[in-house]
Amino acid sequence: MAMLNVEVDGRNVEVPHGATVMEAANKLGIFVPHFCYHKKLSIAANCRMCLVQVEKAAKPMPACATPATDGMKVWTHSDAAKTAQKGVMEFLLINHPLDCPICDQGGECQLQDLAVGYGGSTSRYDEPKRVVFHKNMGPLISAEEMSRCIHCTRCVRFGQEVAGVMELGMIGRGEHSEIVSFVGKSVDSELSGNMIDLCPVGALTSKPFRYSARTWELSRRKSISPHDSLGANLVVQIKQNKVMRVVPLENESLNECWISDRDRFSYEGLNSEQRLTKPMLKENGAWREVSWQLALEHVAKRLVEIKQAHGADTIGALISPLATLEEMYLAQKLMRGFGSDNIDFRLRQSDFAADGKRKGFPWLGMRIVDIGGLDRVLIVGSFLRKDHPLLAARFRIASKRTQDVNIIHVADDDLLLNVANKAIVPPQLLPEMLGQVIKAIAESRNLPVPSAVAGLEVEDAARRIAASLASGKLPGVFLGNLAEQHPRAGELNALAQMLAEMLGGRFGFLGQAANSTGGYVAQCLPMGQGLNAIKMLEAPRKAYLLFGLEPELDCHNPAQASKAIGMAEFVVSITSYRSTAADDADVILPLAPFTETSGTLINCEGVSQSFNGVVRPAGDARPGWKILRVLGNLLGIAGFDYDSSEAVRDEACGARNLLELLCNEVNGISLSLGEACENGLQRISDVPIYFSDPIVRRAEALQLTSDARQPKAWMSSAVAQSLGLAAGGKVKIVQSGTAVLEVGLDDRLPAQTVRVAAAHLSTSALGPMFGPITVEKA
Amino acid sequence: MSPQINAPVLSVEALTKIDREIAKYPLDQKQSAVMAALIVAQDEKGWLAPETMDFIANYLGMPSVAVYEVATFYNMYNLQQTGRFKLTICTCLPCGLQGALAAADHLKKQLGIDFNETTADGQFTLKEGECMGACAMAPVVLVNNKRMCDYMSVEKLDALVAELRNSSPQKV
Ligand code: SF4
Ligand code: FES
Ligand code: FES
Repeated sequence: MAMLNVEVDGRNVEVPHGATVMEAANKLGIFVPHFCYHKKLSIAANCRMCLVQVEKAAKPMPACATPATDGMKVWTHSDAAKTAQKGVMEFLLINHPLDCPICDQGGECQLQDLAVGYGGSTSRYDEPKRVVFHKNMGPLISAEEMSRCIHCTRCVRFGQEVAGVMELGMIGRGEHSEIVSFVGKSVDSELSGNMIDLCPVGALTSKPFRYSARTWELSRRKSISPHDSLGANLVVQIKQNKVMRVVPLENESLNECWISDRDRFSYEGLNSEQRLTKPMLKENGAWREVSWQLALEHVAKRLVEIKQAHGADTIGALISPLATLEEMYLAQKLMRGFGSDNIDFRLRQSDFAADGKRKGFPWLGMRIVDIGGLDRVLIVGSFLRKDHPLLAARFRIASKRTQDVNIIHVADDDLLLNVANKAIVPPQLLPEMLGQVIKAIAESRNLPVPSAVAGLEVEDAARRIAASLASGKLPGVFLGNLAEQHPRAGELNALAQMLAEMLGGRFGFLGQAANSTGGYVAQCLPMGQGLNAIKMLEAPRKAYLLFGLEPELDCHNPAQASKAIGMAEFVVSITSYRSTAADDADVILPLAPFTETSGTLINCEGVSQSFNGVVRPAGDARPGWKILRVLGNLLGIAGFDYDSSEAVRDEACGARNLLELLCNEVNGISLSLGEACENGLQRISDVPIYFSDPIVRRAEALQLTSDARQPKAWMSSAVAQSLGLAAGGKVKIVQSGTAVLEVGLDDRLPAQTVRVAAAHLSTSALGPMFGPITVEKA
Repeated sequence: MSPQINAPVLSVEALTKIDREIAKYPLDQKQSAVMAALIVAQDEKGWLAPETMDFIANYLGMPSVAVYEVATFYNMYNLQQTGRFKLTICTCLPCGLQGALAAADHLKKQLGIDFNETTADGQFTLKEGECMGACAMAPVVLVNNKRMCDYMSVEKLDALVAELRNSSPQKV
């Protein structure tokens, strides 16, 4: 389509049809003052700050809402425009408090900034200002000063359009308008913190950060979020070597201009009281602070002793999937140099059938930016909103346009997006449901039905999903975290591949953690005869090297992990925090978290992002790559003389082109569909968003949110009735261990299932994340 | 994650009326019926309690706060319990210029209450209203959103109050 020629402030610019005057001006780099306009939100045109002069228009026009037309002439800084803008500013300031020195937003307030340019030096009003009462919006957002609100409705539109849930609204009318949440409700969206950034004034501010520092006292450093597979870009703001606040760094191809609340508020965990600051050695059951030298020498000595006594393969290493590429690489180099292939980072995985059968490193299967362009999507086994808050937002926005989102999952949580079709099945039947979809597509397209799925009976839900997928041009199939943690993960992988091939589409993994793809790149997994994360615990080792994890929370079977580690002769835990697991260790070495070390994370789309430490390590904590380097040297392993983390990274990546090595294909996985006939209750586990890793577990404000509530035993009322249970009652859950939990009712759960969250101390004694479970009245 | 089951707050008759309103709009635009649904609910309950609005939100598949926005925008919706009779007097400029303010003062004195208050016996609530499209007949008083009284002189106001006070409890 032909472009439109527009003249703004005497300069010509070409814009496409449908562009606004605001966009034309922005394209020329001309700033038009504005409050309600935001490039990622719908147009509201309610603040009127963007008034400009347009040729042949009798009145000033709002640039954000005026469509550009061919030959249009616009003046953004003419006398007429400026008079209009100043008039609007005077209106806005009638009721806005003029006490910037005591406002938390002072110094980073768009109203303050624009008032300097467009406001008068005195006010013509001496009437009393309007007072708006403060609101309680929960532990993250402070709405203490709602008199400052200028009713731009950015916060409301963000909820509706990006977060997918309208938690804030504007009640009343005219000068009685107020921003509120519904009577007595807190704001619970996992993306809510973005409203703080969007609010152009000091009405919505960060509750944890409020009044703890001034914006101009903070230095700003770039970083990468370690909390999910997206690799959101962050600006970490620090004062006196302490992280005070985290905000997004715009990266259109990853996090756009948003971050999740987990990325934003997890920093409180960095400053936790439980941070370890000194190496410690256990002597006769009591902890003693020691020097690094002594601690590391002790570790080396003990490892050598155990190797001599029992062989190197009695030593195992479990590495957190949040660890950096450098840390993972050095850990495996150390283990292999020492003679053991027992190393793994896939701590919550239980089925390793695909090992040795992969053609490459598992990944998303496409660029993140291309998600929006898919017209048909199937997401299998994902607590999408909580596991991947920002990927969910991309699907949400696409689902409002032309994308059909189909879901196969074990729970029917509200994803806040337009779900076209869904099949909610008990966990043990997840592969069968995927198989049914394959069969339905084969039948509808008159293709030969793959023998593995031929015996399945196709239910209506599968047929509907198949019809949706088959009707698209650009389909995509995604396996979520639960699918990767599933006891038949290998089969799910093979089935997704079969489906994608049949559809001529892409398939991939949403990615369990920040460095899940990086772990494969670093070869931080058994490559030969070594034991994987499950086997290392099933067949207990004599010694364990634990890096960055809390095994009683971060493993697939925490009960087994605690037991194996408890029995070991020697355990060294390289960790940032004191915890029960650290108590089981013989040596604990204080690890610098992501803000205190340089490193690299490879996100789900295979993009490798390196970052620097933003503050000095707390106390004597040290970056992981340095700890491992010294340990490697003490053990006399060759090639541990790196002088920077970059040198480690370069060695880890080598001359390979990573993007060419990404591939989700597996060959030779045997499929046995339709054979599972486990009766009785089955456990469904989710990893709740604010229990997912050691840092967020210690972020105080996040722990007060509704997503961090004490886990319950969720079941349908049918299950509860059959067991004679009522909501709120106590039940004893028995797996390989037991736990006592409160009953919660959720009728959207599939029949014969009980949902019990993982990654929480109250449930860690139970056993594996999946499998049979029994429930008794406590 | 905490599914809440909403016990119906409204009677079957009220729900039937709401269903009739919903039927006027396309299936995927149920929320267009929100204003009508709120009127039905208020007629039955006398006012719109949070749980009533929450119920309607669920019933129409829209966010609670969006219902709240509508209910607070229009001042004929009662967000608090009112007395048996809600008297709304228009105090907009045209009425104001034609004696509405004096009429309001008279009512306040007679009832012994200010705007947004209810008499101790629970009979009357006094409200300030916006233009009712009857500016030529000022002052105007609206009784319980349904009955419009115009040219409200002091005598007619007193007569109205007396009539309502003596009306049988069933009759609204
Ligand atoms: S609270 Fe902030 S973002 Fe929301 S309407 Fe008011 S000024 Fe705008
Ligand atoms: S920015 Fe255009 S009206 Fe607010
Ligand atoms: S101004 Fe009172 S009815 Fe119009």
